[in-house]
Amino acid sequence: MSQQAPLSSVNDFVVRFANVNGSGSASANELFARAVLRHGVPVSPRNIFPSNIQGLPTWYEVRVTEAGHLGARGGGTDLMVAMNPQTWDKDVAGIAPGGYLFYDSTKPMPATKFRDDITVIGVPLTAITNSTYSDPRQRQLFKNIIYLGALSALLDMDPKLIEQLIGEQYKGKEKLLSSNVHALHLGRDWALQNLKCPIGLRIKKADKVGDRIFIEGNNAAALGAVYGGATVCAWYPITPSSSLAEAFSNHCKKLRHDPETGQAKYAIVQAEDELASIGMVVGASWNGARAFTTTSGPGVSLMTEFIGLSYFAEIPAVIMNVQRAGPSTGMPTRTQQCDLIACGYASHGDTKHVMLFPEDPAEAFEFAAAAFDLAERLQTTIFLMLDLDIGMNQRLSRPLKWDDAKQYDRGKVMTAEMLDEGRDFGRYLDVDGDGIPFRTYPGTHPTKGSYFTRGTSRDRYARYSEEGAVYADNVQRLLRKFQTAQDMVPRPLQANASKPTRYGVIYFGSTAPAMDEAIGLLEARGCQLDRLRIRAFPFHSSVASFIAEHDFVYVVEQNRDAQLRQLIVTENGIDPVRLVPILHYDGTPITARFIADAIGDHQDHIKVTPLRKAVS
Amino acid sequence: MTYIAKPKFQHPGIKKNALGYSHRDYEGKISTLCAGCGHDSITASIIEACFELSIEPHRVAKISGIGCSSKTPDYFLGNSHGFNTVHGRMPSVLTGANLANRELIYLGVSGDGDSASIGFGQFAHAIRRGVNMTYIVENNGVYGLTKGQFSATADRGSKSKKGVTNTDNPIDLVGIALQLGATYVARSFSGDKKQLVPIIEGAIRHKGAAFIDVISPCIAFNNHAGSTKSFDYVREHNDAVNRLDVLTGRDPIEIDQDPGTVQIVEQHDGSRLALRKIDADYDPHDRLGAMTFLQKHAAQGQIVTGLLYVDPEADDLHSHLNTVERPLNRLEAADLCPGQAALDKINASLR
Repeated sequence: MSQQAPLSSVNDFVVRFANVNGSGSASANELFARAVLRHGVPVSPRNIFPSNIQGLPTWYEVRVTEAGHLGARGGGTDLMVAMNPQTWDKDVAGIAPGGYLFYDSTKPMPATKFRDDITVIGVPLTAITNSTYSDPRQRQLFKNIIYLGALSALLDMDPKLIEQLIGEQYKGKEKLLSSNVHALHLGRDWALQNLKCPIGLRIKKADKVGDRIFIEGNNAAALGAVYGGATVCAWYPITPSSSLAEAFSNHCKKLRHDPETGQAKYAIVQAEDELASIGMVVGASWNGARAFTTTSGPGVSLMTEFIGLSYFAEIPAVIMNVQRAGPSTGMPTRTQQCDLIACGYASHGDTKHVMLFPEDPAEAFEFAAAAFDLAERLQTTIFLMLDLDIGMNQRLSRPLKWDDAKQYDRGKVMTAEMLDEGRDFGRYLDVDGDGIPFRTYPGTHPTKGSYFTRGTSRDRYARYSEEGAVYADNVQRLLRKFQTAQDMVPRPLQANASKPTRYGVIYFGSTAPAMDEAIGLLEARGCQLDRLRIRAFPFHSSVASFIAEHDFVYVVEQNRDAQLRQLIVTENGIDPVRLVPILHYDGTPITARFIADAIGDHQDHIKVTPLRKAVS
Repeated sequence: MTYIAKPKFQHPGIKKNALGYSHRDYEGKISTLCAGCGHDSITASIIEACFELSIEPHRVAKISGIGCSSKTPDYFLGNSHGFNTVHGRMPSVLTGANLANRELIYLGVSGDGDSASIGFGQFAHAIRRGVNMTYIVENNGVYGLTKGQFSATADRGSKSKKGVTNTDNPIDLVGIALQLGATYVARSFSGDKKQLVPIIEGAIRHKGAAFIDVISPCIAFNNHAGSTKSFDYVREHNDAVNRLDVLTGRDPIEIDQDPGTVQIVEQHDGSRLALRKIDADYDPHDRLGAMTFLQKHAAQGQIVTGLLYVDPEADDLHSHLNTVERPLNRLEAADLCPGQAALDKINASLR
């Protein structure tokens, strides 16, 4: 390998921490990300963790990005904090040429374990911790803070800002606060005295964060459920959705207790399985409460029977699906957008379900709240389609906003007064031509409005019937209702290229930040693309128009089988040739570089002048 | 099957309850089950119990799974909302419904295939959560709608109509309910309405998870020699531990009692169970004793019926969750939404 000049960059690089799961490094690594934010510099962190509790490798990648790119960058790591001997070789190999390797130099390493095109920074972390702390647990935990201190010196960070964060974290716990600050300075002072500080990578104070908040999508969606009026949550633990239900529980404890009695204005049940969790949601919604469950792909598989019941018996339900890599157990702690077909057409028979695709925590909050209005208005299952990348990673997001004048849309509910007025109540009557019938809550009226809810065929007055025409009338109305949903769900957002172009790109959900960045990379390559971000299924008519207006359209998604493309082709009758799939499905978040390379290469290919046909 | 409307005519002299309702007000559609089905007798007992308790029919939510038994809610309380859910999943739907509105009366109707096989887990968990409900299993030991397969409550050694001998051990739902913490546990026989009606009344009045296993012979597939769930077998092997009456606060306390043989059990809502003891040793407040008693008699080939266990001080899932008294389905944005001011604080904490 040739010598390489050390990387030099201010506020634009990637730091990756390699740790052993269970070593207590997560809070120190997050502290690093927050410290960068306190310098006014945006960050985009990603957790890469195994599906077990202790022992296996875990990584935390922090993209420092003054330009504000919130997708994963891709490419090699600029600064590797290699704290896991198990992954040493892979970690060292993953450093970009000219990058930096930070490691625990307590034990000497053979020269063959390094590279000559990177800068190696050794800090005797174990020696420092062992000489300072006698308790084994303290040694492990404070080692993380000590390397954070050393990094703060190497990257020229303001230690006061980190101390301030530690102070906020351990407010009221003076002993913990002072011991953490002490550990921070142990590492920092050692680095300042023994190393050349700063290195080529540096954090410089900026003003690029503004009023944005730093929040996980699952947490934001949980808040959306609180603000959206959910009162019943029935769930079963499954990664990566568990933190959503847990966050809902935490927010409810703070925000939803009657101040006078201390009683809860919510009910949360950890069900025995996913079948029971969706069953409780259906039961609660049938009885007029706003109810939801949280799950991931395998849970959706188990819920499909009830999803069919919700669709056919027309009972509201909200399912927050935090997608992970499938099929089967797949990669439980890796991200994908791979449940579109499973959710869009869940259950047997002819079914279609509404899906919402938030791009970031702010939309996760808004769409989660909107899901309850939609579920009650449409009387059907609504899927909030998150994924691990959005759900379990903290992202910079615009602040959450709520309109205090907003009232919940409880949909078409016939009251006792309406029944007494003599309104004709047929549970499955399409009174307004939108496919949506009226319902009554159990207990509404002593003699009017009761009906039998069932998953078997019935007529417009909810009377059991196996007549073919009656069945067909019902399922046609359900289709009409689905079409009505097109104009009720969030519309796609279009952004045109800076110059007129014949090409477009469609994308959705957590792909958005990488796509936004990729557009810049592509334009630098001479590729112009109009963009359409789809935000819901069923697709608004503008999706078909967008495709019609372009020669062909790229569809960027994070699954193997181009599931969004399949849905567009199936639902809109589009010629598949006109939709070019751009697919990323190794479980890591899609990156701007991947998108730009894939689309750029395709564009280069089609711009090649064809050779004249050989004359035989 | 077709929808059949019953004639609405009622004789002016027909017996009325405290609400002025007659039996007819508690009926539903005409049953489509086989003539002589034990389930129809249970339906009649439910109607009788609700009439006697002067329950407003529309205040009952009747929820079932799939199967012959699960069809029966259509045949009683025609002014109630009914929900025929999916096979074995009645308990979760009932639990959710109960969470949404604690003021209604929840009647879960299930079968042995529904609760002891496909829905065994949901049965167990609804019981252990203490959902305030009356959970009735119409137990015939057989899958009637799919023509005669054994269910998980069929006794080992019992024979199917085709002569096949069951080699699997049975699940005794009463024993399981006792073990899981049900606070009202009874077994009865569809052919013994005098025992069954007050048991249902007591269960409806009980605040907590009330479970009733009703042996209900399937006349089409399980009412033959060799079956342990036939009318004849149950009549011959029935050992009733008690008979009871339910006395509500409104009614004068008048029962046909023999001094020294009646035990009054006061329930949460003020109603009282009057137990007329048949077995002098039997104490319905002793959960462990009930389990032992049940197993001892089962070993002797006896089917114990009656109120086997009751905890008059029971509480329910809402108590455990400490939910507000006002039903959750009546809370609106003003009750539930913390507003922008709270969101501003949350935003500030996330910077």
